[in-house]
Amino acid sequence: MITIIDYGSGNLKSIKNGFLKVGAEVSISSNVDEMRDAEALVLPGVGAFGNAMTQLKEYREVINKHVEDEKPFLGVCLGLQVLFGESQESPGVEGLGVFEGDVLHFPDSMKAQGLKIPHMGWNKLQMENPCPLFEGVGPEYMYFVHSYYVNPSDRNIIAATVDYGVEVPAAVCRGNTFATQFHPEKSGEPGLKILKNFVELI
Amino acid sequence: MLAKRIIPCLDCDLQVPHGRVVKGVEFKQIRYAGEPVELATRYYEDGADEIVFLDITASHERRETMADVIKATTENVFVPICVGGGIRKPADYVNMLRAGADKCSTNTAAIHNPDLINEASKVVGSQACVIGIDAKRRYVSDPKDAPDKTVIATEKGYCWFDCSIYGGREFTGIDALKWASECQGRGAGEILLTSMDRDGTKDGYDLELTRAMSENLDIPVIASGGVGNPEHIYEAFTKGKADAALAASIFHFNEYPVYVVKDYLKEKGVEVRI
Repeated sequence: MITIIDYGSGNLKSIKNGFLKVGAEVSISSNVDEMRDAEALVLPGVGAFGNAMTQLKEYREVINKHVEDEKPFLGVCLGLQVLFGESQESPGVEGLGVFEGDVLHFPDSMKAQGLKIPHMGWNKLQMENPCPLFEGVGPEYMYFVHSYYVNPSDRNIIAATVDYGVEVPAAVCRGNTFATQFHPEKSGEPGLKILKNFVELI
Repeated sequence: MLAKRIIPCLDCDLQVPHGRVVKGVEFKQIRYAGEPVELATRYYEDGADEIVFLDITASHERRETMADVIKATTENVFVPICVGGGIRKPADYVNMLRAGADKCSTNTAAIHNPDLINEASKVVGSQACVIGIDAKRRYVSDPKDAPDKTVIATEKGYCWFDCSIYGGREFTGIDALKWASECQGRGAGEILLTSMDRDGTKDGYDLELTRAMSENLDIPVIASGGVGNPEHIYEAFTKGKADAALAASIFHFNEYPVYVVKDYLKEKGVEVRI
């Protein structure tokens, strides 16, 4: 059973529908005991870093334990960013610290190049380090919507990037811990393939 | 770099069970195109990058019907969904997002209560706050005749753009370009820009309006109103500098399926997701 962590963020239904579409058993929960028993955890996220960390307070321990136990974990969008130490979006707020590094705002200088912020729309992946999540998935277009991007200290965890004025890490991967900046549940068939790959790791 | 987005729009009449997609000409005459869920699924399979549902009846009683349409659609459609019509308070955004939508578009409610943009963007994020602007040209013989408006020089002379509300039934005298900047400052994440002069005409988008809007803003602009063929969409991206192009009837009546439009754009060198 996959458990999607409900901590008050936006559209959880789509990610649940995505998993159902690829034949997974999935539930949405805000119950810590259910999360502890979950075979796999999914951390979605829409909104601001600081606000998310406040709402994740009671789940912090169960998430970190799940990751330490090497059980399959998938963070999506803000669910990727909160895995890092801190974010320019909410200075002074401590992230989950699963990965070393921080979260940066797109430089304002990008606007002069005609690049709009948020980075919203379909961008094409460039594959970096091998990752089981991308088994059978090539340099496809994925759907992004964000104004901040992660800056991992260890570049070896970066599975894919996209170009948006700066090189944006699109997915990170270490052992059974995965996270994507894009929304696989909104990225058509290639996105569903990524969800299917995650399910197969359980 | 980002691909240019192709967005089919479903104008939904929700007064019948499951709703029906209608198409008006200049916001008036009506043709029926099919059921919303069925059409949305077809467009997803054809390669649509996003789908917009507009509740043209926009009454409170239909809110649940729209939520049901979104719920049913998102079981099989895995691209972003935007919902417009009758979104009046932050709770309406939350309800639509819970049903499976990713964005909500507001027009009349935001003009009546601009603070809605600030409030909603705090609750659901800017990326979910689309502002719909239905703009009509107001010609002036000299820019000095409209000193408080953003007057631009067009092929047909000087004009400014007037925001309309209630689906084009009422004009506000609000300068569309200034209003869009204000929306951006208040936290809007995107502008869905419809030309009321072109809507339903199939003469092509108002490229002068689209370009002025896009160059005026840091947030993405979706061009809407008037598309009759794939070349119009090409022009929206090249001359109009739009980030996305919205169309309805060319998709509904199968004149140009989404994949035909995308193949055409790709051949012309526009980056699209195929």
